[in-house]
Amino acid sequence: MKILVGIKRVVDYNVRVRVLADGSGVDTDGVKMSVNPFDEIALEEALRIRDAGNAEEVIVVSAGGDECQQQLRTGLAMGADRAIQIQTSEGLQPLSTARAFLKVIEREDPGLVLLGKQAIDDDNCQTGQMLAALWERPQATSASKLELNGNSATVVREVDAGLETIEIDLPAVVTVDLRLNEPRFVKLPDIMKAKRKPMDVVSLEELGVAIEGNLEIGHYAPPPQREQGIMVEDAAQLVEELKNRGLL
Amino acid sequence: MTAREIMEYDVIIVGAGPAGLSCAIRLKQLKPDLMVAVIEKGAQIGAHILSGAVIEPEPLDQLLPGWRENPPPVCIPVAKDELWLLTKKGKIRLPTPPQQKNHGNFIVSLGSMCAWMAQKAEALEVDIFPGYAAAEIRFNDDGAVGGVIIGDMGVDSAGKHKDNYMQGIEIHAAMTVLCEGCRGHLSKQLIRKFELDKDCDPQTYGIGMKELWRVQPGKSKPGLVQHTTGWPLDAKTYGGSFIYHLDKDRIAIGFVTGLDYQDPAFRPFEAFQQMKHHPMLHELLEGGEILSSGARAIVEGGYQSLPKTEMPGALLIGDAAGMLNVPKIKGTHQAMRCGMMAAEHINDTASAEGFDAKLRDSEIVRELYKVRNIRPAFYSGLWRGFVRSAIETVTLGKLPTTLSIHDDDSTLKKRDDYTAPDRKWVDRDLPPRDRLASVYFAATEHDEDQPVHLRILEPDICTTRCAEEYDNPCTRFCPANVYEMVADDRVKKDGGRRLQINASNCVHCKVCDIKDPYQIINWVTPEGGCGPNYQNM
Repeated sequence: MKILVGIKRVVDYNVRVRVLADGSGVDTDGVKMSVNPFDEIALEEALRIRDAGNAEEVIVVSAGGDECQQQLRTGLAMGADRAIQIQTSEGLQPLSTARAFLKVIEREDPGLVLLGKQAIDDDNCQTGQMLAALWERPQATSASKLELNGNSATVVREVDAGLETIEIDLPAVVTVDLRLNEPRFVKLPDIMKAKRKPMDVVSLEELGVAIEGNLEIGHYAPPPQREQGIMVEDAAQLVEELKNRGLL
Repeated sequence: MTAREIMEYDVIIVGAGPAGLSCAIRLKQLKPDLMVAVIEKGAQIGAHILSGAVIEPEPLDQLLPGWRENPPPVCIPVAKDELWLLTKKGKIRLPTPPQQKNHGNFIVSLGSMCAWMAQKAEALEVDIFPGYAAAEIRFNDDGAVGGVIIGDMGVDSAGKHKDNYMQGIEIHAAMTVLCEGCRGHLSKQLIRKFELDKDCDPQTYGIGMKELWRVQPGKSKPGLVQHTTGWPLDAKTYGGSFIYHLDKDRIAIGFVTGLDYQDPAFRPFEAFQQMKHHPMLHELLEGGEILSSGARAIVEGGYQSLPKTEMPGALLIGDAAGMLNVPKIKGTHQAMRCGMMAAEHINDTASAEGFDAKLRDSEIVRELYKVRNIRPAFYSGLWRGFVRSAIETVTLGKLPTTLSIHDDDSTLKKRDDYTAPDRKWVDRDLPPRDRLASVYFAATEHDEDQPVHLRILEPDICTTRCAEEYDNPCTRFCPANVYEMVADDRVKKDGGRRLQINASNCVHCKVCDIKDPYQIINWVTPEGGCGPNYQNM
């Protein structure tokens, strides 16, 4: 069985995201970029499945400009066997990404597709669900536990009410949540090995996918700044201040 | 413990700053089949680089001819120099000393320039590994340096292995080049072990703090280089500020003060923030926003404090040795020249021997010699410093005397022995509010569940002697609020207080390792990839 893992290049979670002055997007000049943390968890899970003998190959896939090869190399250094870059200079919306992934699925015929539950840049949480629908295969989202049993899988999902356990037939799309595992560190010699692993580059046109713009972004704005608070001396003053503000 | 994995290189370079990257690039230019690796503790190249920075371009011309057609991302030719003496409300324009004339120089972001240089190095097939900390030196059986040991990852705060534990590997190399920058923690050990400093004066340092601002449109004058001295420092405390006007409404503003200050109550971070509230700067910054901020110790001892730069199997270059030219307020050109020289030496001799002599006979050290008396001239205060440095400058450093350099940890006065001047500091309204707000702009990150990388060798001193004699200066000199004395019910003695180390705030500036009057703080590398994530600093 092959496992396909989606990798997205995103602004690192430690970076303080800043909106551009003209509201057209966020500033990425000199900003640290990383593998979307949920995707890292998806890859870790795929590697564990392979290393346990339940899959033969792990393929990492990313859609983006050549800069996303950096994140694919990280995936290869973590242990993926090969990488595919779906080359596009334009930012893709979830539906286009899902269509492009579907084309890769048709070429590779994986038994399992593992994705992060969402990317931490736009927090869309759509690609996995759309991909499953287009592929007409089952999906399990926000997985915190994954067990493969031959042609099916048992997935524990993190849902609002707690945990939900479901059984799905394979092939399927599973999107992963934070508690599924803790990704490994990359070993230095593996960075060197990763340089020699195959990386295929295929353009959107070659895949026959047209870019769709179903969503139109008006503008970006930072959240309003919180006003400075005051220190109150005692409970009486607190009550008075609340009253003054019409809150009591 | 299992045997560590091993990687072998001809040359291992510790630290991807201007010295290390220049060395790597030159090595591959001279001998393309040499195996060269650079390791860097920052999560990406440039993440731990903090500098003004106005640079002299000659070393770039030598290293990467044609760079001017394809310059680093932030690179603005200097248009004008200004030097100001500030008083609390006023300012007096001073003549720019010749060392500070920047015609032909460039304002860059040294962080993004290093990332740019790293790409050039990678194109020459240098293996660059950001996110890996050289935790220890590896010694050969004969006692020579034989490479480095990468720190383990995935160790919890109690020292136990976590699920994702990964043992650090050994990198074996015929030559190790240390370019960790100011107060490198491996360099410090090697200087001690090989007694590299036995024939020189102690090293002296400064603390530099910097913020990158985006100001209101039109306020920045790209290419303008401003320096100030005077307020908010008293005449006994050495220091000043820099204000570099970049493109895209950006301004790099910073403040440097000598770590040989005497006042145990002095707060360098607060001095920086006060400086920003001088009318000239307040007007400039008002309405703007901070893009990034951070701090780093600066090496200031120069010629007199330069240790021996070679030892069996290894070289010490750049600010790890201390090549910054204080009056010029520049070290990048020196670091790059030294990196290239180290590469040429390794290529010629395949050994460390003879490098130190070559260095001392070079323009690098001649430049330091010329200005050797200027920094110590300020030991007797700002005014005498001005006079002496003018004399030294006019005579090109040819006067026969050489003033000696003092260390920084013993200059701090005990609180009973020092009456601080009334600094008349103002109420502040510009961000950041405090050190924690400032650390936020450094985007610093450390996995909290790892051993504390600031090791206190004798913790009892903190709550007893240090509290009494100095009122715990670590709580003030640290620009990132790492050290706090907190009340704790569980502590039954010493006033019920203990030292709390907020190690995850650390911006790797190394000031604590330097200024602590008892020399009991030992800065070691945290897990690789931790620390600040500076943006265009």
